[in-house]
Amino acid sequence: MPSFTPEAVRNLHEADTDLRLAALERFAAAPSPTPQEELWRYSRIAELAIDTYTPGAMATTVTGAESVLSADPPDESDELDLFADLNRAFSSLIHLRVPRGRVLDTPVVITHTLTTDGSACFPRLIIDAGEDSEITVIERFVSTNDVHGIVVPVLRVVAGQASRVKYLSVNELGSQVWQIANQQAVGERDSNTLLSTVALGGDYARVRTHARLVGQGASTRQVALYFADGTQTHDFRTTQEHIAPKTSSDLLFKGAVNDSSRSVYTGLIKIGPEARGTVAFQTNRNLTLSDGAWAESVPNLEIETNDVKCSHASTVGPIDEEQRFYLESRGIQPDIAERLVVLGFFDEVLAQLPVGIMAGELRQRISDKLHTAVVPAKATSAVSA
Amino acid sequence: MTTLKISGLHASVAGKTILNGIDLEVSSGQVHAVMGPNGAGKSTLSAVVMGKPGYHVSAGSVMLDDLDLLAMPTWQRAQAGLHLVMQYPTEVPGVAVVDVLTEAFTARGKSVEGIRSELSAEAARIHFDESFLARSLNVDLSGGEKKRNETLQLAMLRPKIAILDELDSGLDIDALRDCSRRVEDATNEDGLGVLVITHYSRLLKELKPDVVHILVKGRIVTSGGPELVDVLERDGYAAFEGDIPDDSASALDDLFGMPPSRN
Repeated sequence: MPSFTPEAVRNLHEADTDLRLAALERFAAAPSPTPQEELWRYSRIAELAIDTYTPGAMATTVTGAESVLSADPPDESDELDLFADLNRAFSSLIHLRVPRGRVLDTPVVITHTLTTDGSACFPRLIIDAGEDSEITVIERFVSTNDVHGIVVPVLRVVAGQASRVKYLSVNELGSQVWQIANQQAVGERDSNTLLSTVALGGDYARVRTHARLVGQGASTRQVALYFADGTQTHDFRTTQEHIAPKTSSDLLFKGAVNDSSRSVYTGLIKIGPEARGTVAFQTNRNLTLSDGAWAESVPNLEIETNDVKCSHASTVGPIDEEQRFYLESRGIQPDIAERLVVLGFFDEVLAQLPVGIMAGELRQRISDKLHTAVVPAKATSAVSA
Repeated sequence: MTTLKISGLHASVAGKTILNGIDLEVSSGQVHAVMGPNGAGKSTLSAVVMGKPGYHVSAGSVMLDDLDLLAMPTWQRAQAGLHLVMQYPTEVPGVAVVDVLTEAFTARGKSVEGIRSELSAEAARIHFDESFLARSLNVDLSGGEKKRNETLQLAMLRPKIAILDELDSGLDIDALRDCSRRVEDATNEDGLGVLVITHYSRLLKELKPDVVHILVKGRIVTSGGPELVDVLERDGYAAFEGDIPDDSASALDDLFGMPPSRN
């Protein structure tokens, strides 16, 4: 029996019903995605039975946004894919509109907690940064390991002329939760956008990000840290699309996979015919921490003008033997040496996250995850004995 | 009193035999030098004793007092009191020397209280820039800074026996002197036993050996007092190579040529 019906939309939401129903129709009309399509290659989309979930909402708290929360209807363009359409039909919207010239000194912190077992939730965040404004937003997705469900978040960023937008999403979802996220960012003239992601949780967790540089001199920076263990899958798909001249984009994604987990990174740098004088970089590095783990990295370039500086690099491999030996030769046990190397590997990303205060906490969470994943309890206790 | 005893050690790398029966004994407070031309097996010796992966020991033993080091993983050898100063210290991005020493102390059950002030004092003692203590290990360090960093860790960890693998390679004279003096102090003050492995004699002018061994083609061909260094300086390795004349020219070049700069 289908769960995502017009009746379900009407039951959950009173406002914007027509737009919601139109989005639902687009979702219903779209062919079911399969891993045979390039967009879903290496994904676990074939496992998804969306109608086994019930539409619902997460428990959401917002701090620091009082002065910029907006009730205006957002001006939205097309969605990236059918899940973004489904989000639009069932979304719980947070719309931040930063007036021209306004600088928010403290970050907006949004925490979504999945509490209802079996629910499908659709948080939607829109950040409209006016000319020469500045905002930092942290969005956390949280659940415990005993709740199962799916979260389908959408992020829309419009960075107005000369604005500065910093965004961090943190996936701390439990082991029975799916995530299919869509992020779209538009950078206008001389704007500066940071899109950062830390993914530690979820069963299958996907983030698709499309950053478009539409104004001359706009720049984006995208960083991600992802660390999967058990049977988790982390799936990232990024596009850095340069439309205007003299735009720049830089991307650094670093991931680790342990146990029998998997990760996929597929990235595209797309430089249009008008984007002269563009600079674009893309780096993806992956550590495979066990024989059963698997990481895939697929970088792509699509360049339609000559006057560009562009590079991409990707690596997948185990921890460097020389590094391990060096640390062990100082009397450090193999598990601790591995923890040091992995934390050191992620340090480059942690240092670039928009909020220093969270870096310490995230470092600790990564460290804890390494402990539960890699370190047999006896190995640590044997040393202190 | 601690003794590192290497007996009849045979080892190979990728199927190629490098060590053909090494016998060596280093005790607390002693400085032994192993000198040899390129390809003699000097670095293999240090790697095998420390337990680096990729080396196969086909015969012989390495004992630290009554501990069979060859039966132990690297980290246990280090905790037992063995230390290796590496010829080419590995870069470990995102990991600072203070992190390494904190974990190394913790692993030994040693308190880390006061570790930072001790580290600062040791850094000052060998003229290692304190700002490097919080930076990624060996990343963007000059040759001299890397070896000061290695010597710093040696001083902090207070091993019983240290192997210095080509401490002098890539080192300017000031750094060579600072590192050598710190090792010498550890020998005099803490009774550190030292096995110094080198190609060139200049290190041995700073760090005076009690015994000198000449390593050629995986064998120690002769051992003697410090005067052996003078013989070597005069005659080159050719004098010890006997029936292997084809290597002698390059060995002479290596001996008296300028050391390679790695800065």
